[in-house]
Amino acid sequence: MMIGGRDMDIDAAIMAAIGGAIIGLAASLLLLGLGKVAGISGISARIFTGDERYWRAAFVIGLVVAGVIANMRFPAQFANTTGIGMTQLIAAGLLVGFGTRLGSGCTSGHGVCGLSRASKRSLTATMAFMLSGGAAVYISQHLLGGGS
Amino acid sequence: MKTLWAALAGALFGVGLIISGMTQPGKVIGFLDVAGAWDPTLAFVMGGAIAVHAPLRWWVRRRERPILDEDFHEPQTQAINAPLILGAALFGIGWGLSGFCPGPAITSVATSTEALVFCAAGAVGMLIYGLGRRLLASEP
Repeated sequence: MMIGGRDMDIDAAIMAAIGGAIIGLAASLLLLGLGKVAGISGISARIFTGDERYWRAAFVIGLVVAGVIANMRFPAQFANTTGIGMTQLIAAGLLVGFGTRLGSGCTSGHGVCGLSRASKRSLTATMAFMLSGGAAVYISQHLLGGGS
Repeated sequence: MKTLWAALAGALFGVGLIISGMTQPGKVIGFLDVAGAWDPTLAFVMGGAIAVHAPLRWWVRRRERPILDEDFHEPQTQAINAPLILGAALFGIGWGLSGFCPGPAITSVATSTEALVFCAAGAVGMLIYGLGRRLLASEP
């Protein structure tokens, strides 16, 4: 299948959509049960601030345990082919930690939950991080020569 | 009960991330790499998520209240302001520089050194934000 002029792996596309659907289901379940938005940056930040930390810690533990168990059987799903080094990772983490707090959300909070509510605020945020993400990749991969 | 529900929701969310391929930072960078070998996978992930969550969310919101809480707690603010845009832009840069955003990174934290380092730095970044806010708030 050709998308954007490139060969797209159908299996990967189907897995992506199924995975996405499961993410959407999980977010819906959190809303149904606790009335909360599945914004991972907000959930994890508020564990530290103490704001209803127990359900938040439980959610995060759920993420981690899913990862540990899946990794035993499907380690390829966690493969990191980027070659990005520790310095760049640390800088990236700092920016993501700070930026998600300042911007009140990330790909799950704004991109999935916010857009699902047709929130203009989340649409703006999503466009902003997609654009800056694209720019960061362009500069780091094409102008500065890839992972450091 | 809330804790258990949240743990299960988190585990399911993690499963979704893993199946979708978002725990492979190379796929995320491939999506953001519009000038290179573009990988549209992330679009399918987000599309799939919204296609499911948008209608389910509408259906859930028809209720008076969630099952285990008094009220729904979706953000009420509509403000599109500088912190929102700047914060999102900074987040995006970090995302593009690593291929990680919070969900996949936390899901991978026990299976990947890169994710662990990223999450540790992320926690520090959040702390810096918190400290900065408190400092600014206490300015005379």
